[in-house]
Order: sequence, then structure tokens, then C-alpha cells
Amino acid sequence: MKFTSLLASAAMALGLATGAMAEDKTKVGFVYVGPVGDGGWTYEHDKGRQAVEKHFGDKVETVYVESVPEGPDAERVMTQMALEGADLIFTTSFGYMDPTINVAKKFPNVKFEHATGYKTAPNVSVYSARFYEGRAVQGTIAGRMTKSNIIGYIGSYPIPEVIRGINSAYIHAKKVNPDVQFKIVWAYTWFDPAKEADAAKVLIEQGADVILQHTDSTAPQAAAQEAGNVITFGQASDMSEYAPLPRVSSIIDNWAPYYIARTQAVMDGTWESVNTWHGIKEGMVEIGEISEAVPADVKAEALALKDAIASGEYHPFTGPLKKQDGSAWLAEGEVADDGTLAGMNFYVEGLEGEIPQ
Amino acid sequence: MIVLEKRPQPSKAWSYATPLVAVVATMVFGGLLFAILGKNPVEAIGTIFWEPLFGEFSFYYRPQLLVKGAPLVLIAIGLSLGFRAGIWNIGAEGQYIMGAIFGAGVGLAFYPLDAWYIFPLMVLAGAFGGWIWAMIPAFLKVRFGTNEILVSLMLVYVAEQLLASVSLGLLKNPEGFGFPGSRNLQSYDAAHNAELIAGSGMHWGVVAAFVAVIFAYVLLNRHMLGFHIRLTGEAPRAAKFAGVNPPRLILFCLGVSGALAGLAGMFEVSGPSGVVSIDFNVGYGFTAIIVAFLGRLHPIGILLAGGLMALTYIGGEIAQSQLGLPAAAIQVFQGMLLFFLLAFDLLTNYRIRAARSEVA
Repeated sequence: MKFTSLLASAAMALGLATGAMAEDKTKVGFVYVGPVGDGGWTYEHDKGRQAVEKHFGDKVETVYVESVPEGPDAERVMTQMALEGADLIFTTSFGYMDPTINVAKKFPNVKFEHATGYKTAPNVSVYSARFYEGRAVQGTIAGRMTKSNIIGYIGSYPIPEVIRGINSAYIHAKKVNPDVQFKIVWAYTWFDPAKEADAAKVLIEQGADVILQHTDSTAPQAAAQEAGNVITFGQASDMSEYAPLPRVSSIIDNWAPYYIARTQAVMDGTWESVNTWHGIKEGMVEIGEISEAVPADVKAEALALKDAIASGEYHPFTGPLKKQDGSAWLAEGEVADDGTLAGMNFYVEGLEGEIPQ
Repeated sequence: MIVLEKRPQPSKAWSYATPLVAVVATMVFGGLLFAILGKNPVEAIGTIFWEPLFGEFSFYYRPQLLVKGAPLVLIAIGLSLGFRAGIWNIGAEGQYIMGAIFGAGVGLAFYPLDAWYIFPLMVLAGAFGGWIWAMIPAFLKVRFGTNEILVSLMLVYVAEQLLASVSLGLLKNPEGFGFPGSRNLQSYDAAHNAELIAGSGMHWGVVAAFVAVIFAYVLLNRHMLGFHIRLTGEAPRAAKFAGVNPPRLILFCLGVSGALAGLAGMFEVSGPSGVVSIDFNVGYGFTAIIVAFLGRLHPIGILLAGGLMALTYIGGEIAQSQLGLPAAAIQVFQGMLLFFLLAFDLLTNYRIRAARSEVA
């Protein structure tokens, strides 16, 4: 109790101090789960941070700490940022959820933004992107391009966000190629180039000629390049250094507009706790250049799907869809609601294997 | 020409001096590294070592040193016993995980009952989890002569898979919307390893670490078993004549180090961490090996080394956010510490002499 009040008073003192200084600088902190040079997830968040710096110039100061383990270490890093006068802190991994809530309680004047989580508070917002929209486009290209009809998928953790991606990619690959089969490997990491490369190699050995990844490094791209005749998609970042082959397209997370908007809100004093889930339409999810290795008709088909999703005309989870066990999920024309999608813990019909329990 | 000459006796002075020399050398070469990265080396080193202890927010960082250092010390103490006797438990990380799973499992089994005996039971379960995991390499070594280094290390990966499994299944929070990870023990009072004095960082794990240091000291200096441990490491043949029973020593050393690692995991999961999650372990079991050697396998040394390691972690984070140093640079800095320690260790057993090159 004493500690909390001590922190709170320190925070208040700082709040006053920064309040007085607010005229010149807003301090924005970023906590990253991987290194900024991962070429994927953290890299894109850091690009968002740089965009904030560029947009506001002298009016902001940004700080970041990279490769922060999820748990007590994250809590300490956030506390440290808050103590040092951060006005807004972005915590950019699912596992930072409880630490974010804990620290937010101690610093009611500091605003927190937690990526991909579900716990909010008066000073904690959550935000995520509808990556599954991009997965639909990927699945279409993958289904058209595969010759072996085996698509490998490197999963990170069996959490709803990842399962949603697998389902969306599968549904759309199956739509264009009924013979397609998915092989899924769980890496249990967001960033571990060695493990990711191993997973890619295992999948390639099992006959996969398309590799989709939900992990953050470019190691699977390198493994595919080495194997030859295998195509991949950039994850979280464009990974265009592997284009035109093996990387034929990508999902790019574009956090910059959101980060700029939220920083602006803090400056204007209009910041409120919100739950943001943006997709292709808002530009948070972008489809990277589809390379010349993809035939023109497939490219056109993929882009048409992207446009249909962007305009809201088509939803990637539209019935009729059944769950893996054969039970009904969505009726003809019915569209999945966000609640079900947010907590998705089942495969759709046709996917093999079990979600690890 | 410079030659190395084996000392007849390991130098006592050097064995005390090498950790200090290693720290100084790390500061010099680390500073050089930071300078190459374009940062002011004095400021960087100052931030890492000064800021957590005496900086503006040291009221927060000092308790954090205890939180970060306690598991390192607790595990390293256990490891040091075995290392002294030439029994190499490299799998403390796995035992740490198992302690956490067992401890948290017992606590969650009682949820939401509020009773005084839950936490003590969790402590026992945590120690048991680590102990049983260490008994696997111990038993295999005693019975079949397997290599405990390999077996204990491989079991880390098995433990990690088990951790993932229980986070997704057995111990998953039923109110967690399908997301992996257990209930947060911090919000379950009967199972919460809270700070004993609020704001001090002192939780039961810190107390256990201090107690372990004292026990190890007494054991090694005042007890026959401690004598046997030291003798086995220093003079295996003499140990045989002194009536040391190697299998019993193996079981004891691996068992104690496993139990202490398990305790560390249990105190962490019920306190600072709160949840059993896939990423619960962050490498304390491996870092503790560095701590054990940095502390010269001596209980007091380990206590100091654990504090030093914790300091570089916390100071390193501050340096990252204040000075924009990359995390990798901090890791290199920590790696240098072990590297220089092992390098200067040479001077304990050898002396450098300038020999005149003779004309043939």
C-alpha cells in the first residue's frame, strides 16, 4: 500500500512536472518483445515510432526498450518509463497484458496502449489489426500457386490471433483449390530465427511448397530460398529483400497512422480508452507488392479479393462454414461477429490436427 | 617471449582478485564497445552501474534488484554445490519451470479457498517439482552412468513443452477468453507471494535466497558432507579413501540444486510473475550458471555475483531507454563479464613469466 502510494505520488509529481513541460515535449515510450532489427513485427512497430518522431519533430521525445521478456521484466521496464516521465506507453506484445494493467494502476496519469490484448482500463487502450483479412489474400495466392497441394504454416502460439490467421488462409486456399492441405508447426516463439528456420525446413521436407509464417523473423524466407521452388509471404513487414522469389507478397502492419493519432490525442488532452481493431480498409493492414512470380490472373484475383474486403463488401469469415468437428458455425451468408473472432479457439472444417491444449 | 608456468599451488590472492579484475576489464572493453556505437562510454557505464543504486528513481530500482537477483542466487547456490564436486547440473532452467508448475498447480487446485496452509503447501510442491526433475538425471547417472550434463540440459526442453501444455490446457485460466496462461496468483491472496514489507522488494523468495546462502556456507565449512563435496571436486582419489559414497553425493547435489531451482520458480510464479504462461521462463536457470562461477562457487561470492548480474540487467534496461543502447550491446556486455572471468581465471593456476628466448 505504502509502495503504491509512493509510486502514485511520484507519478503525480512527475505528472505535474511533465504537465508543466507539456508545452514543449510529449514523451512516448515503446516496449518491444523482439529486437528492432527483426525485420518483422518489432521492426514495423519501430517504424511506427520513427513516424511519430518525424511527424511531431521537436514536440515529442520517444524512447524504447527492445527484447523485453513478457512478465516481471516487462513490468519493470514500463514502470521505469512511467517514472521517467512518459506520457504515453505502447506495449507491443500480447504477453504484456497483465504487466500493462498492473503498471497502469500505479500511474493513473500515464496513458497505456496494449497491442493484441483484451484487458482495458480507464488509462489502458487495446489495439490490434485484422491480420486475418490479409491472410485471406495470402490463402488465395497460396492455393493457386501450390503444386504439391501442401501448404506449410509456422504458428507461433496457439492463441486466437494466430488461429484466426490459419483459418482465414485455409478457407481461401480451399476455395480456389479444393485439394489443398495444411501442415501446421507450432514454434512457441515470436522471434527465434533458428527455430523458425527448422520449422520451415521440416515443412519443406514434408512436401510443402508454400510456407506461411506467423513468426517475426526472415529465417523461413531464407530457408525457402535455399530449398528453391518454395514460395513465402512476408510477415508483419514487407520482407521485400526476398522478392520476387521466394517472397511473392506480404502482410504489412502499418502502425504509424494509429501511433500518430494517439500521440496527437494525448497532446490535445482528448485521449480516451478505446478498443481498436482496424484492417485493410483503415490501412492498418497492407498487402505488400505481389511479385512477378505470381501469374497475372492470380494477382488480379488476389487484388480483387483485397478490394472487396477493403470496401466491406466481403468478410473473410462468411458462411456457410463449419467447425473442424463438423458442427455448424456460420449459416449461408452469415458473417462472424467480432466477439467470436476475438476469442477464436477452434479450427474450421477440413483443417487437420488439433490445436495444442 | 612470454610463457605460462603452472603454479605449484593455485594462487589464493588471484582467486579473490579475478572477479574484480574481470569486472574492471568488462567496464573498459564494454566502454569501448559503447564508444564504437557512438555513445559516451562513461555515461553508459555510469547509467548501468550507478542509476539503479543511487539514481533519481533508485527507490524503485533497489527493491527490483532483490526481485531480479533472488532467483539467480537461489539457483546458483544449489548449482555451486554440485559444481564443486564435479557434478554438472546444466538443467536448472527446467527444474525452475517444474517448480513453478507444481507450485502454481497446487495453489490453483485450492482456488478460491482462503486458508493459511495453501502457500506452505505450494512451497513444498515447488521444491518437490524441481527435485523430482533433477532426480531423473541423477538416477540415470547413478544407475546407468549417463552424462548428467546432457540429460539435465535436454530435460529443459521437455519442461518447456510441459509448460506450454499446461498454459494451454490444465492450468489455463477458465476466465481467460481462450487465451493461454493461468489465473493470476497475485489476485489470489492465499497463494500470493507478496512483498513482506510493501515497497521493499522482499518476498519469500528473497528470504529463501539469503537462507540458502547461510546454509550453503555452514554446510561447506562446518559439515562433513560439505567437506566431502569439496574433496570430491579437488581430489577425487583422496575422496575415495575418505569414504565418500559417489552415488549418494550425486543424488544429494542434484537433488538440492533441483529443489532450490524449483523453489525459485515457485516464488517467481506466485509473486513477481503471477501467471503460468508459455513464456514464463526467461533464462534464470542458465544465467545462474554464470552467477555461480562469477561468485567462485562460494556462497558469499554468489550473493555478490547475483547482485551484480541483477544490476547489469536493470541498469542495462535503463541505458536502453535513456541512451538508446541496443539490447544486444547489453547482452554482449554481460557476456564479456563471464569471458573475462574465465580468461583471468588462468592466473589463479598459472603465472605469466617473461622468459628469455634462447638462441639455439
